[in-house]
Amino acid sequence: MTDSADNAVDVVGVSKIFGSGDQEVRALDDVSVSIRQNEFFTLLGPSGCGKTTLLRLLAGFEHPTRGQIFLNGKDIAGLPPNRRPVNTVFQSYALFPHLTVGQNIGFGLEMLGKPKDEVEDTVDRMLKLVRMEALKKRRTSQISGGQQQRVALARALAPHPEVLLLDEPLSALDFKLRKEMQLELKRLQNETGITFIFVTHDQEEALTMSDRVAVMRDGNILQVGSPRDIYDRPAERFVADFIGDSNFLRAVIKDVSGGRARLALDAGMETEAELPDGMAESGAVTVVVRPEQARFLDGEPGARETVLEGRVETVVYFGTDTHYHMTLSSGERFIARIQNDDRGERAPEQGSAVRVAIPTRAVQVLKD
Amino acid sequence: MADPLSTGVGGAGERRAKRFSVQTMPGFTIMAALCFIALYAPLFPMVFYSFNAGESIAVWQGFSWRWYESAWGNELVKDVTIRSLVVACFASAIATTLATLAALGTTRTEAFKGQTFIYVIINQPLMVPEIVTGVALLVFFAMIKVATGYTGLAYLIAAHTAFCIPFAYLPIRARLEGMDKTLEAAAADLYATPFQAFRRITLPLMAPGIVAGAMLAFVISLDDVVITELVKAAGQDTLPTYMLGQLRRAITPEINAISTALLAITVVLLTAIFFLTRKKE
Ligand SMILES: Nc1ncnc2c1ncn2[C@@H]1O[C@H](COP(=O)(O)OP(=O)(O)OP(=O)(O)O)[C@@H](O)[C@H]1O
Ligand SMILES: [Mg+2]
Repeated sequence: MTDSADNAVDVVGVSKIFGSGDQEVRALDDVSVSIRQNEFFTLLGPSGCGKTTLLRLLAGFEHPTRGQIFLNGKDIAGLPPNRRPVNTVFQSYALFPHLTVGQNIGFGLEMLGKPKDEVEDTVDRMLKLVRMEALKKRRTSQISGGQQQRVALARALAPHPEVLLLDEPLSALDFKLRKEMQLELKRLQNETGITFIFVTHDQEEALTMSDRVAVMRDGNILQVGSPRDIYDRPAERFVADFIGDSNFLRAVIKDVSGGRARLALDAGMETEAELPDGMAESGAVTVVVRPEQARFLDGEPGARETVLEGRVETVVYFGTDTHYHMTLSSGERFIARIQNDDRGERAPEQGSAVRVAIPTRAVQVLKD
Repeated sequence: MADPLSTGVGGAGERRAKRFSVQTMPGFTIMAALCFIALYAPLFPMVFYSFNAGESIAVWQGFSWRWYESAWGNELVKDVTIRSLVVACFASAIATTLATLAALGTTRTEAFKGQTFIYVIINQPLMVPEIVTGVALLVFFAMIKVATGYTGLAYLIAAHTAFCIPFAYLPIRARLEGMDKTLEAAAADLYATPFQAFRRITLPLMAPGIVAGAMLAFVISLDDVVITELVKAAGQDTLPTYMLGQLRRAITPEINAISTALLAITVVLLTAIFFLTRKKE
């Protein structure tokens, strides 16, 4: 690895197989990913896709069947969990029930053999960081779920690990608390400068909190990128489908030049779009268009717009915006999400024939 | 989330009422009461007549502490009681140590081949009739006695240890199984060596189970008759075998007094075990 020291974590060709024979489960399948220093990195994917397994490999609770893991450029294969400068916030928090809040937070430092007054100082600093000063002496069974969450966070941050692993830490909290803790986590990451690897299956959480997101499915990482990249430029149908709402449209490649393809949409005009690497340069493809990219067309389309024709089937009012469910001339379904502002445009009614304009740049070709 | 199928008025309630439950069967309360009476009624006359002023265990002649004093002053009773306590202490201590290791081995390792076999071995004394175990030990120890010439209390302690292990094992194992393994992972994650994780997390959390197991083993050892009777050498009576011997002669309420004292100890220990193993809310 030449540039590995620049990364906090390098996962290189890692596979993890549980069991054997017909009970074999391939939890991770040749996964490679690099996580940068001080990054808020999120692993996003549906249940069972291998998120927890990847975290457990990083923490040292499991060992890769194949592949290597580097922490700040060093291979950590031989290190047991207690010798890895990595801490975990467990989904169930795993607070020690026989210890107080303060003792829980100080546990890691104590095990590292730090002097008593340093442990005390750090515990107090951590309590302040997560705003729990008043509860230092409480048993962990005597505090609320949100407070337990903060203690788990403080406990994992106290030894100042090189990487903090968070396994769906917010999923047990109610909606309002979750929103609060999302901001709190961002703040903590900024203040401590520690690399966070965060696991969630909530796409909104992933988009709002992360510097970069890796979308996983069935033990594979499908795409890594900034939330914008992932949302605006999904590489695969699964990614587009999993993150945000999507319209999938059939198209045929007319010709290709310089990586850009001319496409004929089944439901309307021709358009142009970037072709992902390694795709056949002819034949039928699927493109994705986000619902909020559409606008209803009164007159002529702009130069960089393409047009779809269809009929409004259902109109659903959502306060800030309205969703128009349509059937296109090709028979495909399409949803347009239109902001409810006071521009006074004439809103189409149920059953009316409409024309929809989409900016060319909003058309994204999918790999499969 | 409301279940759409049960949102009708009383829908959920009706379904629950139809579910089978022994407690709603007619006569359940009466049966339960009868069982308790059958189990515990014989204890009352025994306790009652231990306070009898007369010599009979069936004719009441007024209240007195006489038989308690007599038992207390009886050198033989003192001897056998001390022997019982010595055996129970050693046996429960050794059994609890072994049971703790066995419980750790069967709950804190990956499932391994032959695990079921291990359970069977550990719980063997619960399944094999006591008299069989007793005879087997008798024969086995006789061989050792011949070979070594040693005839001390160690045979009794070894025998008691053997049948106390499952009683100590079960509460410890229950405690460990109820304990989240993530806690130990969290300790390791926070730089605790395996020994530190055990010492600081596992051991304190399993302690109530260990204490409960030890107490149960102690009570079981203290009460044992069959195996003791077969294994003990001459002059090695324990309290229960001594009492059994007394019953063959003239019975006085002294036996009631000793039994009542033993009952009191058992009740106290079992109550303590109940509170130790009770799940916290
Ligand atoms: N110890 C194990 N033994 C056997 N199979 C396992 C083990 N741990 C995980 N698996 C399997 O590996 C796959 C990935 O599991 P993992 O826990 O990593 O999923 P996840 O992405 O964290 O899912 P979730 O969102 O539900 O937590 C699953 O199919 C799971 O059944
Ligand atoms: Mg998981």
